[in-house]
Amino acid sequence: MAEIIPLREAISALVSDGSILAMEGFTHLIPFAAGHEVIRQQRRNLTLIRMTPDLIYDQMIGMGCASRLVFSWGGNPGVGSLHRFRDAIQKSWPSPIAIEEHSHADMAARYQAGASGLPFAVLRGYIGSDIPKYNESIRSVTCPFTGEVLTATRALNPDVAIIHAQKADRKGNVLIQGIIGIQKEAVLASKHSIVTVEEIVDNLEAPMNAYVIPGWVLTYVCEVPGGAFPSYAHGYYQRDNAFCKAWDGISRDRGTFASWMEKHVMGTEDFAAFRMSLSGNEGVQHA
Amino acid sequence: MPEHAYTSTEIMTIAAARRLVNRQVCFVGIGMPSAAANLARATHAPDVVLIYESGTIGAKPSVLPLSIGDGELAETADAIVSVPEIFRYWLQGGRIDVGFLGAAQIDKYGNINTTVIGGSYALPQVRLPGAGGAPEIATSSKEVWIILKQTKRTFVENLHFVTSSGHQPPATTTLPAMQRKPIRGRGPTVVITDLGILMPDPITGEFTLVSVHPGVSAEDTRAATGWDLKVSDRVEVTPAPTPVELNALRDLHARTAAAHGSTGMDV
Repeated sequence: MAEIIPLREAISALVSDGSILAMEGFTHLIPFAAGHEVIRQQRRNLTLIRMTPDLIYDQMIGMGCASRLVFSWGGNPGVGSLHRFRDAIQKSWPSPIAIEEHSHADMAARYQAGASGLPFAVLRGYIGSDIPKYNESIRSVTCPFTGEVLTATRALNPDVAIIHAQKADRKGNVLIQGIIGIQKEAVLASKHSIVTVEEIVDNLEAPMNAYVIPGWVLTYVCEVPGGAFPSYAHGYYQRDNAFCKAWDGISRDRGTFASWMEKHVMGTEDFAAFRMSLSGNEGVQHA
Repeated sequence: MPEHAYTSTEIMTIAAARRLVNRQVCFVGIGMPSAAANLARATHAPDVVLIYESGTIGAKPSVLPLSIGDGELAETADAIVSVPEIFRYWLQGGRIDVGFLGAAQIDKYGNINTTVIGGSYALPQVRLPGAGGAPEIATSSKEVWIILKQTKRTFVENLHFVTSSGHQPPATTTLPAMQRKPIRGRGPTVVITDLGILMPDPITGEFTLVSVHPGVSAEDTRAATGWDLKVSDRVEVTPAPTPVELNALRDLHARTAAAHGSTGMDV
C-alpha cells in the first residue's frame, strides 16, 4: 500500500545516482515539484525517460542530473526549442548526454509492454523513417499469422515512475482527471512509483469508471499543492504560459540559467518556497 | 493594412483550411495545422472531428491551443483517451482521414525531417525536437497534408534525416524490408505553403507545383525550393481569401492572443 510521506523523503528513498527514472504527464500534470527535488538532491547519471522532455527535463539536464535521455519529442510546447536539451546534445554541456529516441506511438507501446510484463511491444511503426537506424531498441518481428513485418520495440521498465495527480485518499488511491496521457502505464511499468498530488482527501468521490490508480500498486504518495506548476492541474489551476515563454529567455544562456536555478531551486527549501521566490520576478507571473 | 489585404501566412492557413471537408476526421499537429483545422471548423466545416495526440477526440477549442494538451481541448472533447489508446485504436486502427503535419524540412517526395540538421546524428549542428507522433501519423492516416513555409532551407534536395516518411523514391532499394513495406494510406497528398500548393505526381510521387497564391509566380516558388521544382502545365492561382475567411481567421487569432497573450503562431 502506498505510504504517504513528504516528497523530499520519497525522492531520497527511491532515486539514487544512476537510477532509471520516468517522469510522465503529457503536457498536463507534469511533476515539476518532484523534478526540482531530484535537482536539489543533486542526483547524477540518471537515465531520464519521458515522451515529451519539456521544461522539467530541460532543468534537470541543464543541472547535470542526466547521462542518458530516452524520449520522443523534445521541445517547449507552443514556444520553441529546449535550450538546455540542445546544448547538452550539441555541445555536451554541462556534461555529455546519450540519447535514445522513439516516436510517441512507440514510447506508449513500450510502457504498455512494460506494464503488461511483456519483453517487447508490436506496432506498425517507423515505415520509411531513419529513426530505427540509430536505435537498437527498435527492431522488427514477423507476424506468425499474416507474415507482415512489424516494429518490435523493447519494453520499458524504469526503476521509478513519478507522476502528478489531482488527489489521493488516505489509502493512497489516486484520481486523475482531464488529459490522462501515459501515467498509469508508466507507474505499472516501473518497479517503484511516486505520485505527487494537489491534495489528500478523506473521500476521492471518484465517479464510476473514473481513472483511478489503486494505492496498493504505488510506493509513495506525496501532497504537493501546485506541484505541476508551470504546467496545469485540471480543475485546480491553468498552465502558466507566461512562465513557459519566459523559460525561453532564462534557459538560452548557460549563466542566466545556472544563476536562475541556483536562486530559485537550489536556494529554496521546497516547492512552496520556490513558488514564493518567483513572486515579483522579472515579468514572470505565476498561478 | 487595407481590409482586403492579407499576409502570406494567412493565405497559407486559409488555403489549407479550405481543403478540410465537414465531418472528416483530422489528426491535428500543433501550430499551423491546428490553426488551419480550427479555421475550417469555424467556417465551412463545423463538424470536422479534430483529434490531438494528447488523447482528445472531437476537441472544439474556442481559441488555438498553445500545446497539444491544453485544458480546453479536454473540456470540449467528445472523449478523452490515453496516449496509447489514441495511437493504437484511433490512428493505427485506421480511423483517421487526414493526418495534418507541420515540418522543419521536406524533400521532393514529402519525406519530413524534424530530427537533426547538419553534423552527424550524434553531434548535430541543430538538434530539432524529434518525431513526436509524426512517423505513424504519416503512415497510418488515409492521407497526409503538410503545411510549412517554403524556402531553400525548408524545401531541400537531400534531407539530413528522414523522421517521417513520404513517398518512397522508386530507386530506394537499400532500405531494410521493414521500411520498404508500403504505407497503409495514400501518404502525403498535398503540401500547402505560403507561396502555393504542391501535389505529388501520381507515378513518381514527386511534389509538383499546382497552384500559386495571388501575386506569386511559379518562378518565385521555384526560387524558394532547394530542388528543381516541377511545375504543372496547368498551374492555377489560389483564390484570394474572402472577407469571411479572413475575419474568421483574425477573430481566431485575436481570441487566442487574448487567452494566451500570444497569437499561437509563434512556434
